[in-house]
Amino acid sequence: MSSRYTFGGDEHIFVEVDEEMSLEAFFVSLSMTNAVRNANIKGVTEICPANASFQIKFDPDVIHPNDMMKELKRLEAEAEQGDNVLETRIVEVPVYYQDPWTHDTLMRFRERHQDPSATDIEYAASINGYDSVEKFIDAHSGAPWFVSMVGFVSGLPFLYQMVDRSRQIQVPKYLSPRTDTPRQTVGYGGSFSCIYSVRGAGGYQMFGITPMPIYDPEQSVPYLKDFLVFFKPGDIVKFKPINREEYDAAIAQVQAGEFMPRTKNVRFSLSEFNADMDGTNAKLMEALYDR
Amino acid sequence: MTVNVISAGIATTIQDLGRPGYYHLGIPMGGAMDRLALKTANLLVGNDEGAAGLESVFVGPELEFTQDATVAVCGAELPPKVDGEPRDTWTAFTVKAGQVLSFDFLKSGARIYIAISGGITTPMYLGSRSTYAIGALGGVNGRPVQPGDSLPLGTSSKMVKDGLSVPKALRRGPSNPAELRVLPGLYWHRLTEQAQSNFFEDTWKVANEADRMGYRFQGGRKLEFVERKQPFSAGADPSNITDACYPYGSIQVPSGSEPIVLHRDAVSGGGYFMLGTVISADMDLIGQLQPNMSVRFVKVNMETALAARKEQAAIMDEIREVLS
Repeated sequence: MSSRYTFGGDEHIFVEVDEEMSLEAFFVSLSMTNAVRNANIKGVTEICPANASFQIKFDPDVIHPNDMMKELKRLEAEAEQGDNVLETRIVEVPVYYQDPWTHDTLMRFRERHQDPSATDIEYAASINGYDSVEKFIDAHSGAPWFVSMVGFVSGLPFLYQMVDRSRQIQVPKYLSPRTDTPRQTVGYGGSFSCIYSVRGAGGYQMFGITPMPIYDPEQSVPYLKDFLVFFKPGDIVKFKPINREEYDAAIAQVQAGEFMPRTKNVRFSLSEFNADMDGTNAKLMEALYDR
Repeated sequence: MTVNVISAGIATTIQDLGRPGYYHLGIPMGGAMDRLALKTANLLVGNDEGAAGLESVFVGPELEFTQDATVAVCGAELPPKVDGEPRDTWTAFTVKAGQVLSFDFLKSGARIYIAISGGITTPMYLGSRSTYAIGALGGVNGRPVQPGDSLPLGTSSKMVKDGLSVPKALRRGPSNPAELRVLPGLYWHRLTEQAQSNFFEDTWKVANEADRMGYRFQGGRKLEFVERKQPFSAGADPSNITDACYPYGSIQVPSGSEPIVLHRDAVSGGGYFMLGTVISADMDLIGQLQPNMSVRFVKVNMETALAARKEQAAIMDEIREVLS
């Protein structure tokens, strides 16, 4: 891995840690952006970590772009010595897979899909070698996910599954983006899951929907009172399949202002994870469910 | 004191200079697409440069005033009228209680900025009144202005001269064809040498998909990519990358066919390669481009980009001096 530095006009520096996605690349992005934040460099206005890259926006009237570049490269040496340990939280996100609302939407955009005769999740299961949608859902909801980027629009998390690359689900995006996606749709594109924070355009395959609000500009949702966006890069997510009854019950809780996501603080070590993925994930589940 | 909205044109939004600092969460800075025009309009009516005003695209709104106010309209040539009587753009004028501000047809440019003495004082959200409709933030309850809205105004303390005007030499608008200066970079290396030169040689036209999020361009030759095995997680199309951040002004070209320049309400990231970035000095100009206009992209280096930025700042300084 050798980071590539490039200017995005006179106000941004874009750093590609790796062309490919990996948790290693994501950790470099996260530790570099933390280092930039801690360095308090005058003129920096935005610090944006992404999956395997990151971006810094700065005011070139305050710091010359070449000096900003030098500062970042200096910080890279420091960040590389980080121990890849993250104090973070694990969050359970309930998902009603194959729900009627994303189904209605996907049927409206069949002509933009690779396989108009199948649903999005049937297509994804089939091209990833699963002989049933149920087994595919087991895989999608079995191992946890890292929030590796928040963005596109308002608080939308990109999630990368914490499994060996051979077990990664890979699905192409729609041939041409939809003009509509229900709010809180759980989607998939490339090797990333996402949760659509707001209704709108989208190109990811649609697998289901969560009753859990993750973005609330009115901040009336109790756990979004302090800040309107729920997720941040580094959060760990466990999807939990739920049925229609459980979905309706959760929605009723949300409406009554009583829904609270199950959340536990955890410590994650990338080297421990790489040494024993299933064991590390099992410990995360123990922490999440107090087992 | 309020201003009552009788009609809102095609799209009229409340904008100030935006809310930087939340791009890492997918909330763009927003704010006036043509910042110089908003700042100038504010100065003409005695407001702070960053006060909230109205941004209207192609068609102006109709506004009824409930109290006397000073108004200025800068940006596009969309001539204002008070009770049907023409007024000049880039010039302060009075609108009296009960009078209606409306607009004639668009002559050139795309967006006007309407500043009203006292400024619009809808609630601030994350430090700004700017409307970000996708995320339902700012503006009027998170949305653009609608007929029937009553927009609250602040109190104006500064006396201004009726007829105060910005000299023509300081009013900037796009040439024909418009020229947008670009610093190549980001994933520039993904293009073949031929495609790299074609991009700057061709004349492009502004497409109909041109809004606060971004401007799309058509009519140039399709861009060819350097062959490679697509990296894991990037997606199969050669224009795909592992989803990454998008700089403001960055130029993405999905499938190599139609360049999109991201603007103030940019999506903060995604999976398309970008060939470079429009320099900060030319971002305001994009807000004044109409669909079907011819545009050339001009290759520049960092030195030129910074010199152009200084030049823009000098023009703003001159405007401040003239209006002080």
